[in-house]
This record gives sequence, C-alpha cells and structure tokens, in this order.
Amino acid sequence: MIRFENVTKRFPDGTEALKDVSLVMPAHQLTVIIGPSGCGKTTLMKMINKLEKPSNGKIYIDEQPITDLDEVQLRRSIGYVIQRIGLFPHMTIADNASLVPKLLGWPKEKKDARIRELLELTGLSPDTYMERYPLELSGGQQQRVGVVRALAGDPNIVLMDEPFSALDPISREQLQDELRNLQQTIHKTIVFVTHDMDEALKIADTIIVMKEGQVEQVGTPQQLIDEPANEFVRNFIGIERIRQKRAFGDKKLKEFIHLFDTEWQGEAQTIPADSTINEAFHQLEKNPSHRLAVTAGDRVIGYASGRDLLKAALLKEEEVAQ
Amino acid sequence: MNNFFHTLMTRQDMIQSAFLEHIYLSFVAVAIGIAIALPTGIIIARYRRYAEPVIGVTAVFQTIPSLALFGFLVPILGIGSNTALIALIIYALLPILRNTYTGITGVDSSTIEAGRGMGMTRTQILRQIELPLALPFIMAGIRTATVLTVGIATLATFVGAGGLGDIIYRGLQSYNNALVLAGALPVALLAIGFDMVLKWIEKRTTPKGLKI
Ligand SMILES: Nc1ncnc2c1ncn2[C@@H]1O[C@H](COP(=O)(O)OP(=O)(O)OP(=O)(O)O)[C@@H](O)[C@H]1O
Ligand SMILES: [Mg+2]
Repeated sequence: MIRFENVTKRFPDGTEALKDVSLVMPAHQLTVIIGPSGCGKTTLMKMINKLEKPSNGKIYIDEQPITDLDEVQLRRSIGYVIQRIGLFPHMTIADNASLVPKLLGWPKEKKDARIRELLELTGLSPDTYMERYPLELSGGQQQRVGVVRALAGDPNIVLMDEPFSALDPISREQLQDELRNLQQTIHKTIVFVTHDMDEALKIADTIIVMKEGQVEQVGTPQQLIDEPANEFVRNFIGIERIRQKRAFGDKKLKEFIHLFDTEWQGEAQTIPADSTINEAFHQLEKNPSHRLAVTAGDRVIGYASGRDLLKAALLKEEEVAQ
Repeated sequence: MNNFFHTLMTRQDMIQSAFLEHIYLSFVAVAIGIAIALPTGIIIARYRRYAEPVIGVTAVFQTIPSLALFGFLVPILGIGSNTALIALIIYALLPILRNTYTGITGVDSSTIEAGRGMGMTRTQILRQIELPLALPFIMAGIRTATVLTVGIATLATFVGAGGLGDIIYRGLQSYNNALVLAGALPVALLAIGFDMVLKWIEKRTTPKGLKI
C-alpha cells in the first residue's frame, strides 16, 4: 500500500504542483490517476520513487516512511515507465530492457528468459527486436519497450506514466486488455497515469481524479459514474457516459449475455437473467471480487464480473445490437 | 623546387629531429590537456553553477595571442620545453573542456531521468549513459585541440623548445624560402594527419544506436 499524508510539492520557482494531498493506493490493485494536463499527476508519481521530494508531508510504502529507504534500492524495486519513454539510444532493446535485472545482478539466462517473455507479451517478437536500437523502432514500439523495461525486474510496485499514449487505438485497447489480464495473475500494485477516461474506466480498480494539485475524488469506476463528487468530476467523466449508464441500468442482463464469460472457476453468486443491470451492480457491491452466475431457469448461461457489467453499461447502442 | 628537395636532403637529420620534437610537444600537451580538461568537464557538468566561470577562464586564455602567452611565461618559467608545454596545454584545454561539458549536458534529460528512475547510481549514469553518449563530442574536442596544438607548437622555438618552428625560423632569418617550406610543410601534414586519424576515431566512437 502506498499512502500520501498531507503532501505538498512546491517547486523552487513557486509552482505548487501538489497541495496537501492525502490518499491511499491499495496494495495489489491498479490505481489510475487522471486529470487535466499540468494537474500534478507526474509529480505525484515521481514522489513515490523519490525522483521528487515532498516540500511538506510524508509518503509511506507498506506503512514505512520512504524517507527511511535508500533511494537507489527503492527505485530498483519499483518499475517505472516514464512519460517521455526515455530509452537509452546507445543500447539495444535487449540491453535497455534488462537494465534493472542487470543492476540487481540476475544471471544471464534468467534475464534473457524474462525479457523474451515480456517482449512476447507486449507483442514485440524477441528475435526481431532484441538486437535493434530504440531509434529503429516506432514511437508505439518504443513505448512497449518502456513497459517491458519497467516490468523486467519483477517489481512489486509499477509506476506507469501515460504508458500507452503513443499507441494507435487498436494496440492501445489490446495492451489495456493485456495489462488487465496480467494483473489478474501477478497482482502488482500499479499506479497508472492517463488523460483518457475510457482507459481509466476500463482498467482501474480505483480512480483518483485530480485537478490543480488537489484530489477531487477517489473511487471505483462504478462509484465515479454513479456518484460523481462534483461538477468537475461529472464533466471529466462526461455527462454522456453517466446518462448512458443510468439509462442502461434498467436494461435486463440477458440482453448482454454475449459479453459474459461462459466458464468461470472462482466464487460466484447466482442471479436470474431477468434482473436489471442496476440490480446486478447492487448484488455485486457486497462481494466485488465475486462474479455473478447469470441463470436462465436452473441453467447458468454466463458469468459476469463488475467490469463486464460496466462495459455493458457503457457500450454504445450499435455495439449492443451486434 | 629543386632547391626545396636539395634542402630536404642536406638538412634531413635536422628536420627529422625537429619533426619528432614537434610530435612530442603536441602529443604530451594534448595528453595532459585531456587529463585536466576531461575530469574538469565532467565535474562542471555535474555542478553546473561552476561551469560558466571555469569555461570563462579557459576562454580568456584562448584569447591571449599565442606569441604573447609564450612571452609572458618566459620571465616566470624561464625557457625550455616545460614552458612550451604549459603554453600548449593552456590552449588545448578549452576545446576539450567545452566539448566534454556540452556533450554531457546535451544528453536528453528523459534518458537521465529513466536511468535515475531505474535505480542507477550517479556513477553508473555517468559511465553507462552520459559518457558513451557524449563520447563523439569529447573526441571532436580532442581533435580540435590537437590540430590547434600542432599549429601553435611552431612557436615553441621562441622559448628554446625546438620543434619544426626551429626550421621555419632559421629559414626566415636566412631568407631561405626552401627551408621555411621544409619546416612548414611537415607541420601542415602533421595537422592533417592527426585530423584524419582522430576523425576516424570519432566516427568509431559514435554509439551504433545513434548512427541510424
Ligand atoms: N521541475 C519543475 N519546476 C517547476 N515547475 C514544475 C516542474 N515540474 C513540473 N512543474 C509544474 O508542476 C505542475 C504539475 O506538473 P506535472 O508534470 O506533474 O503535470 P501532469 O499532470 O503530469 O501533466 P501532463 O498530463 O501534461 O503530463 C505543472 O504546472 C508544471 O508546470
Ligand atoms: Mg505528466
């Protein structure tokens, strides 16, 4: 868990990038920080690995003040995807990606295997790309390497500053899905900065909405849509999305059955397919980690997670019709 | 022309030893110049507020006409090759210092930040990121310093340090144009030779990833 306690950041020129921020980023969850340009997202993130130091206030990782931790050791244990990518132009992709494992002194085989696995996962064929140099890659490919580099040392905490911003919509969606799937198995504490509300709603466990160095609201994607704290958050999420979700709330689960998995091994509670989306949300609230086993008669016709429901609620009409 | 070859033949020994002296002076001056300017450049790139004054001082030295600098040094250090070396080193400093500094400070800040964020120490960042990326600049500085030094070393003769300047001076005194040429031509060849070799090294030191 990462905790900010009354953190203020004032730059030497007087800019107040963060104003008395207190917040918690839960362990093993994906927390998205979202807000307009210049609101302090990057600054907030850089404080976690001590690239910036608070002017006031304290930051804790697992209840240990980070001022007690050695900054070099701390940074090696935290993956970091920087906003401006920042690959080392004189090193091959393999060398770039294996920097942290090298700093940690991993044996070569372990290092290579890890890099190959991660490159594969992000859609870069290792045999094609490992020996290339960053300038021989497109912006989007470089960004993927940035993600690989951050994950290479198998860190518990991963900071990602707009990691998918240079990608086309299709690869972007694909990597969002990958990240989500990956997170199901690795359960890292991920802090993810974005400008894009669709991205936030899709991948986040928790969303932190920021404005001018202050936190406007913290909540799950559902909570943000259901109860935006103020006008700013409402506008940022988009009135359209909120209205859409409310309207869809009264639709029946069975209309969306094609969006749900048909197989699921984990815990589930049953709900009839005639229930509305809103009822389903309500039932899930008690046990957010469970899925709903949607039943028709005594047969289970699909398993829905909270995320699936939200997706259903936010889908456009034409996509539902398919 | 015949006259020139005749001079070369008859004064062969003298020209040869002057040539070797000249190489010795230039080489030692540049080597010591690197030993001073390279670390200084690295230090002022880290503590930037000292950069301007330090570069300023070396730049002022550079503006002193070379003959005048040799003249200043004689009353202090006497004559001899040490005096010549010190004057030459002073001239070699600026190009190496300035290029080391601009080479290191020119490295993209996002690259450095990534290195810091990954948990590299300052020394690791210097060795593995800043110096490799600055190397072509540093080599260019060394090349400039070398060519400059080879030229200025012709003045070493005025402080009794020998070199090809001896030949040129002797030729001038005796109105012997062939002898002047026999001194000046090797200087030019030496400068061009060093320039070519160092240019080649400069190309070789450019990191592969940057040649794309
Ligand atoms: N080193 C610095 N010195 C002075 N001001 C700074 C510095 N770094 C950032 N700022 C200022 O702090 C504020 C927050 O910057 P930050 O980079 O955290 O914004 P951001 O939310 O990440 O924006 P973006 O979405 O555009 O990346 C901005 O007003 C910025 O100009
Ligand atoms: Mg930013």
